[in-house]
Amino acid sequence: MNKMLDKQELERKIQELTFSAVELNLFLDTHPNDAQALQDYQYVINTLQQLKDLYNQNYGPLLNFGYASVNDNYWNWVSEEEKWPWENV
Amino acid sequence: MWVYDKKLEYPINISKTDPKMAQAILTQYGGPNGELAASLRYLSQRYTMPNNMGKALLTDIGTEELAHLEMVATMIYQLTQFADPEDYKEADVSGYYSIWDKGIHPDSAGGVPFTASYINTMGKDTIADLQEDLAAEAKARATYENLLDLTNEPELVGPLSFLREREIVHFQRFGELLDNLEFDKNIRKQYFIKKPRIDSLY
Ligand SMILES: [Fe+2]
Repeated sequence: MNKMLDKQELERKIQELTFSAVELNLFLDTHPNDAQALQDYQYVINTLQQLKDLYNQNYGPLLNFGYASVNDNYWNWVSEEEKWPWENV
Repeated sequence: MWVYDKKLEYPINISKTDPKMAQAILTQYGGPNGELAASLRYLSQRYTMPNNMGKALLTDIGTEELAHLEMVATMIYQLTQFADPEDYKEADVSGYYSIWDKGIHPDSAGGVPFTASYINTMGKDTIADLQEDLAAEAKARATYENLLDLTNEPELVGPLSFLREREIVHFQRFGELLDNLEFDKNIRKQYFIKKPRIDSLY
């Protein structure tokens, strides 16, 4: 990624890749030796992980625990600046 | 959204077959103070919490309750996996067997199927929601204590005691959230029990 994505662009990309991962996950459940799907899945989860790391470094935690580094002086999970997924205003 | 983590929150390894105990534990799967009710209650109430501490805490506890639901089902599964129809008959749980075989169905120990009537979502009345949550945690703890009265099996006492302890921690965190919300101007108008002022009596 040469250009830094803004928060919304990055979130949309993560949503797209997560959806691809969900689709491939279900497909692989019933086609566990499909080589093309396995290759696509590997690509998707690698890229997804990179984007999630980028998001976590720049915009705060996506998971309550897992990937984000922790801020020294505040638990950002409860930060009042952050919107929860169901909030659109 | 959610992702599944392929492990139990606490290890469970039960070698004994005991359909009667499985029936008792089933109440924490689909009963009035069970883990399904707990999870649905918090995950449904979180939308109308007035601050992000409330949204986060209800999301996180509602999520942990799903891990508890899995632990409860695991105990039932392991207690019945090697049972034959004769074991169900002897244990006097042939009623359950006749409907569900070894299927794990969200019922109470008394066979009442799960109902959303076990939970309330009161919208702007956050205090009512949180007081329900505190009561729910206390009742779930009491249920685990009742289940612990029914067994001395170390393989069951471990996970049941762990689940009981979690209810105590959840109760504590909900209490702290309630304390925190007392200072929120938007909900200060709601009913709140004040801390007793013992010093002023003297
Ligand atoms: Fe709980």
